[in-house]
Amino acid sequence: MQRLTQTLDFQSQALVLRAERQRLLASNIANADTPGYQAREMDFANALRAATGTPGALGQGLGSGTGAGVTGTALTTTHPAHGAGDFAAAEDGGLLYARNSQDSVDKNTVDVDRERASFVDNTVKYEATLRFINSGVRSMLDAMKSPSQG
Amino acid sequence: MSMFKIFDVSGSAVSAQTQRLNVVASNLANVDTIEGPDGSPYKARQVMFQTTLMGEVTSAGVRVSDVVESTDKARMMYAPQHPKANAEGYVEGSNVNAVEEMVNMISASRSYQNNVEVMNTAKSLLLKTLQMGQS
Repeated sequence: MQRLTQTLDFQSQALVLRAERQRLLASNIANADTPGYQAREMDFANALRAATGTPGALGQGLGSGTGAGVTGTALTTTHPAHGAGDFAAAEDGGLLYARNSQDSVDKNTVDVDRERASFVDNTVKYEATLRFINSGVRSMLDAMKSPSQG
Repeated sequence: MSMFKIFDVSGSAVSAQTQRLNVVASNLANVDTIEGPDGSPYKARQVMFQTTLMGEVTSAGVRVSDVVESTDKARMMYAPQHPKANAEGYVEGSNVNAVEEMVNMISASRSYQNNVEVMNTAKSLLLKTLQMGQS
């Protein structure tokens, strides 16, 4: 029975995290004109790994493409910000803070274009996760049908 | 469902932008106002936005914390015949900068549209989530 629901559990965790990221991006877009607001971002791969407790196969390949960076071969850099991506880790270890792509007088670090792109990206991935859940449910229901039901 | 919070967040942003648009409308309407209810010329107004947390770190809405009057210098117009003219023949007008207000208006309307789109997307995602396991 546990094997049956294992995939569903994983996907539902992913869905919850996707909803949370969606909310985070909505907050960034809402605060695009607020002076001093620091845009935040979620390290999706790490959050999912932490939520599902799967360090290996299942958790990998699901990174959101932000932050994280490449492991293995390291580049030689002359500045801490080199090759570090758009986001810096927060002190509390939770959400990331955006580095500003362009300096602004009001200290706001929201890049509306980037946020909108992330928002669309997250929307598509949310729908994908929904489809995975739906097809998982359908194949489980199919497996439970008796042959005579067609 | 935590995604319902998006409507609170984007809704607060939309209403803040509406207030900003309202202030822009007041400023543009009073660009030539020489005398207000208190007898002095009209001063341009501006809204101040402030982040307001809605429950958790991931949902940060916006609110208008204050409406401030601009301290820019008033425009002086030379009109010696005007009843409000001073000894040198100048009339003190409002300090509204029409170009600045137009820019403010465009910025507010773009932000408004962005937030409406966010709400529409969230709505369609929630509707799809409601149909989970059916079809």
